[in-house]
Amino acid sequence: MEKELLLQVKNLNIEFHDHLIPETVVYDFDLELREGEIVGLVGESGSGKSMSALAIAGLLSRRDMKKRGQILFHDTDLLSCGRDVLRKIQGNEIGIIFQEPMTSLNPVRKIGWQVEESLRIHTDLSRTERYQRAIEMLKSVELEDAERIYHQYPHELSGGMRQRVMIAAAMICNPRILIADEPTTALDVTIQAQIVELLKRMNKEKQTAILFISHDLSLVKQLCERVIVMQGGYVVETGAVQEIFDAPKEDYTRKLIAAIPKVVRKNA
Amino acid sequence: MKDRKKKNYNLIVGGTITGMTLLFVLIGMFYTPYDPNVMDASAKFAGISAKHLMGCDNFGRDILSRVMKGAGTTLGVAAGTVLIGTFFGVIVGAVTGYFGGILDEILMRINDAVFAFPSILLALVFISLLGSGTYQVVIALGIAFIPSFARIVRSEFIKYKNMDYIKNARLQGAGHLRIMFVHILPNTFTVLLSAIMIGFNNAVLAEAGMSFLGIGVQPPQASLGRMLSEAQSYLMRAPFYAIFPGVTIVLMVLGFSLLGDALKREE
Repeated sequence: MEKELLLQVKNLNIEFHDHLIPETVVYDFDLELREGEIVGLVGESGSGKSMSALAIAGLLSRRDMKKRGQILFHDTDLLSCGRDVLRKIQGNEIGIIFQEPMTSLNPVRKIGWQVEESLRIHTDLSRTERYQRAIEMLKSVELEDAERIYHQYPHELSGGMRQRVMIAAAMICNPRILIADEPTTALDVTIQAQIVELLKRMNKEKQTAILFISHDLSLVKQLCERVIVMQGGYVVETGAVQEIFDAPKEDYTRKLIAAIPKVVRKNA
Repeated sequence: MKDRKKKNYNLIVGGTITGMTLLFVLIGMFYTPYDPNVMDASAKFAGISAKHLMGCDNFGRDILSRVMKGAGTTLGVAAGTVLIGTFFGVIVGAVTGYFGGILDEILMRINDAVFAFPSILLALVFISLLGSGTYQVVIALGIAFIPSFARIVRSEFIKYKNMDYIKNARLQGAGHLRIMFVHILPNTFTVLLSAIMIGFNNAVLAEAGMSFLGIGVQPPQASLGRMLSEAQSYLMRAPFYAIFPGVTIVLMVLGFSLLGDALKREE
């Protein structure tokens, strides 16, 4: 059975207008995201992957950047809808986690307050209900001692813990889509694996679709079903993970795959 | 971490002086040895004695009582000034810093224009428009103090508005007002606090200056600046008349600036 189509991006073009000469950073980006799916978006730095993600999240300034094309969430076009409509979708339907857990939490607010923020904006839950939801969420991202962490400040937590907090904050409203913008890049390898597992579990349990942005192909291979490869603002290849890894059609994809470090046994 | 252990003498000394000044003013609100406005012709220029700890002025009014009341007036004017300055300064600074663009240009150019005049001069202009009196002084000085707060808050907002956690708040669906005042503003408190301390000092001095010029608090109400201005005619005959209000101003300002400095270091 075909799963529900959540997000459809058609011919997205992003142009910067904050300099004298307009500069296009993303050309004709297409994407379909279905319920419960994990799609990888890979490419080198500056390939436009983060830009596309930010555009989907509605975070690009409307003044400095021209965007053409459509970003359909169900039937709402996120590019042309009003701010209030967009704001209802942000946080509630689309969540996002950033690359750098060190800077994505407000240093002067307690963890619990920040995890609850989406609830405060999108729901009418009472203080105690919010507290329960937040604690529940902190526990479900495998943070021990959730009650204590609730009352701590970000500087008291490690990078891995903060990234978990970020996931908790992004997932607390049960969004349909989670955009993960290189969520593991700033973490060390063991924590990376844990975070990836956590994302996988979230995806299974709640049927949240995940757009996983990374330049680490080995992670993408573990996690995603489909992959979109970008280079220099263009989508160069798209398809199921297995196909792309087994038979990459494009030169660039082949190079990316070749760049994955492999364990080579010396005297095999 | 090691520096934390070091004693912050500014905090101790500043806190003590400020605390004592506040206590002095607080007592003055409920109790003064004599009625500060009652004249006693027999005690004219009476020197320092057990009866009049700071002596008496040219009308035979008890100086201690007048300093107590006057310090209260000065403190009240300063507090009101800082309150107005901070409130509107934060709003202007937040809006210009957060939104930027043409609004920022317009508001900040107005700000620069206001800033270009010395605050005393500006307050003089407002006084001539509003008439003189205690409330008018508060409003005039308050307006003159807005630009400095607006600038500080604006630069802080520019610094914080592109932080990841602010983007994150936007992604959670927070509106502009919520982001400005719930997410960004608490980050600026440390800077704002020392600005308030410095502003408070300037306000004390500005009030004293304006009353000294005779356009501030009107007689017979006591204020430290007013007393200084009256005392200057009798500087030779009754030096204590000028010394006590003067020393009170110095202590007040010293206490607050030490405290502001200490808070800045504690950051």
